[in-house]
Amino acid sequence: MTSATNGTRSYTLRIWRQSDNASPGALVEYRVEDIDAQMSFLEMLDHLNDTLERKGELPVAFESDCREGICGMCGIVIDGRPHGPVPNLTTCGLRMREFESGATITIEPFRASAFPLVRDLVVDRSSFDRVMQAGGYVSVNCGQAPEANAMPIGKDVAEAAMDSAACIGCGACVASCPNASASLFVGAKIRQFALLPQGQAERTRRARRMVAVMDQEGFGDCSNHGECEAACPKAISIENIAVLRREYLRTLVRR
Amino acid sequence: MDLEIVDGDLSSGAPEGPVETRWDRHRFDLKLVNPANKRKYTVLVVGTGLAGASAASTLAELGYNVENFCIQDTPRRAHSVAAQGGINAAKNYPNDGDSVWRLFYDTIKGGDFRARESNVYRLAQLSANIIDQCVAQGVPFAREYGGTLANRSFGGAQVSRTFYARGQTGQQLLLGAYSSLMRQVDEGRVRLHARREMLDLVVVDGHAKGIITRNLVTGALERWAGDAVLLCTGGYSTVYYLSTNAVNSNATAAWRCHKRGALFANPCFMQIHPTCIPMQGRTQSKLTLMSESLRNDGRIWVPKQAGDARRPDQIPEDERDYFLERIYPAFGNLVPRDVASRAAKHVCDEGRGVGATGLAVYLDFKDAMARLGHATVEQRYSNLFEMYREITGESPYEVPMQIYPAPHYTMGGLWVDYNLQSTIPGLHVLGEANFSDHGANRLGASALMQGLCDGYFVIPYTLGNYLAGQKPGTVRTDHAAFAATEATVRGGVDKLLAIDGRRTARDFHWDLGRLLWDKVGMSRDPEGIRDTIGKIRSLREEFWQNVRVPGSGDSLNQSLEYAGRVADYLELGELIAIDALHRDESCGCHLRTDHQSAEGEPVRNDGDFSYVAAWEHSGDPGRPRLHRERLAFDNVHLAVRNYK
Repeated sequence: MTSATNGTRSYTLRIWRQSDNASPGALVEYRVEDIDAQMSFLEMLDHLNDTLERKGELPVAFESDCREGICGMCGIVIDGRPHGPVPNLTTCGLRMREFESGATITIEPFRASAFPLVRDLVVDRSSFDRVMQAGGYVSVNCGQAPEANAMPIGKDVAEAAMDSAACIGCGACVASCPNASASLFVGAKIRQFALLPQGQAERTRRARRMVAVMDQEGFGDCSNHGECEAACPKAISIENIAVLRREYLRTLVRR
Repeated sequence: MDLEIVDGDLSSGAPEGPVETRWDRHRFDLKLVNPANKRKYTVLVVGTGLAGASAASTLAELGYNVENFCIQDTPRRAHSVAAQGGINAAKNYPNDGDSVWRLFYDTIKGGDFRARESNVYRLAQLSANIIDQCVAQGVPFAREYGGTLANRSFGGAQVSRTFYARGQTGQQLLLGAYSSLMRQVDEGRVRLHARREMLDLVVVDGHAKGIITRNLVTGALERWAGDAVLLCTGGYSTVYYLSTNAVNSNATAAWRCHKRGALFANPCFMQIHPTCIPMQGRTQSKLTLMSESLRNDGRIWVPKQAGDARRPDQIPEDERDYFLERIYPAFGNLVPRDVASRAAKHVCDEGRGVGATGLAVYLDFKDAMARLGHATVEQRYSNLFEMYREITGESPYEVPMQIYPAPHYTMGGLWVDYNLQSTIPGLHVLGEANFSDHGANRLGASALMQGLCDGYFVIPYTLGNYLAGQKPGTVRTDHAAFAATEATVRGGVDKLLAIDGRRTARDFHWDLGRLLWDKVGMSRDPEGIRDTIGKIRSLREEFWQNVRVPGSGDSLNQSLEYAGRVADYLELGELIAIDALHRDESCGCHLRTDHQSAEGEPVRNDGDFSYVAAWEHSGDPGRPRLHRERLAFDNVHLAVRNYK
């Protein structure tokens, strides 16, 4: 790459280590050398883990998969910010050129009571799946679908639904929220289906059930801090939370 | 090569007669399971990508009990999520001449005449139903102003039949399948088991009756019994270490089924995708694909002069070589992937490559910006341009992208018949994990089509045919076969942990990847492949003496998971090389330098190699037995592929 700022950099890392949810955890300091500006943040952690493995030490557990910003699996708190300092970017997209050589970087897991810790930087986000199970779908069995073009959907409506559907389920909205609310995550799915004709039949039931499970899973209430929108790697708008509220209110008048 | 060859035992089981009615006639002949009896059957579905999620939800809708497994923390992260460009379907909405027959023909031709006609015709036939199903689920496909669905063009076709949702089509289709799956979990018909890795198949009296998984959080080995097993575990491009696939994508489940008796077909058919961000160095963990849709408007070029080190904007128009447009005027920048990749490699080999390593070509949007305007280009490609900028620090609006081919998709996989059943009765294989529909080269936007076709519209019919012949629930996890299989798995885990050598699994994976990329990558010659087979064997021996896996087996241990996958790749890698050596012709992505035309195009040998090479594990990875399924072309005339 022509723009690569070559040369090696070094960093001090303070990483949260915790063997499981029942044991106490602590920040442990590590030093990494020979880091290239072009390396991704996760490749820097790979490099650290290789060094630890060679010494026979347990590597730092962290999760990632696609490493191109779409699977939603990566997600850690870097210097206090979910997914790190660059807006609208997943952790895997973050490059080391964003960090001055010699810097100390603090790395912690997403923290929320609805995301129990598994190990080190790995948390359990299955509460999101359970919220989806409560209504994040259109009840249509395979084989029942009508001809796709039988139902015209305006371009602007399709685009707006896509804006909400773009959520990758990473959980940064929850991790950034002082109340650990899942309102942005839930609102995005509610809005997608509230906009589309396919979502109308179950609109009331969906909002009622998803909100109930969201509460039951231990996510907090939304009090309009707006941190979620700022932390969202896909720039999901806080407007989705307004729609969530509207749709929930709608359930109260439609029994 | 001294090979043991078995002929005549492999049959697709597809009906004879007119290809247009084969699936209809076959469906009528398939046995059915009474609705009241379906709930007595348990189906184990491994994987939650497009194939796995669509199969699990649809079988549950039919009334079967489904146990669904994935290695990620949630089913929504399966690697199908990363597919960008689109999904093909023969809807002919643009009125530009498409038809089921044309999609069938394009796919057979695109696969360089190494796919099975019956399967491909069925795929084309069912393609339209997939779009209907996805729209009904609320998948927000791109639309025209009038509210109808939009289409775009993809490589290897001269019609616009690709449906898309921005550059996130795979994500939206997967979330559609995931939503149906979540509904079935809520209904109690699917039980979901996340963070489980399938480490072996349990075979009882020759039938697949269960699996052994490792719970990736607790380390516990777990037994699961079922009346059938569906393997939907994706492809093996990460055998090259650097590929466009997710870092956890692996072949372990498929490979262990292979070692239990499932034949592995055409392992050397690996797609190298032309438009990826180029390799940089040893610390890179993966390569990033830039969607093929970019070739709709981007123009690919290199300097005419080798060693031209000027910046792209300083190279005048008449000193640029738009080599795809020059060589293939009919298809231009939209030639199939194998053709585009080879051409890019060729110009780089001539010393005309660009960028720091010389292993890159330009993908330039200057003309598109002039023709369409900034706003239109932004609307079509903004998320891709942004992704490129994040990775490279350069804006494609201002300077041409640099791209180079990278491993992306594997056409090879476990052999299946027309019912998607492997050579182990009861073990069915869906999506990229099977070999069946793409021949020697897959066309763009066809992987999503196949994964969903298998899961939504094929397996719900064909699985019933198998189950109707099985008494439900006959094998339980206390059967001796479970204990024996679990002991094998435990032995493997313990062995990895006990070696305590000096090199990491990543070191071995990197070495294996480089060996395969250099000699069994985009171009292959017999000497190089032979040499590589020897080197892979040595590397495998060294692995089992010198790998270091820290930690223990009884808790979350990502190093252990990874080491197990690398161990399997060290065997599969050898089979890929053996297959590449055996296939003494060029076809599709498999270019043998000893079989090419004067212009560097692949030269097939239909007389000797018009067959599927399906390999049987003999116990020794270096001595597999070859089974051959002859391919019949009754409907498409075998011809030299021509995109000029």
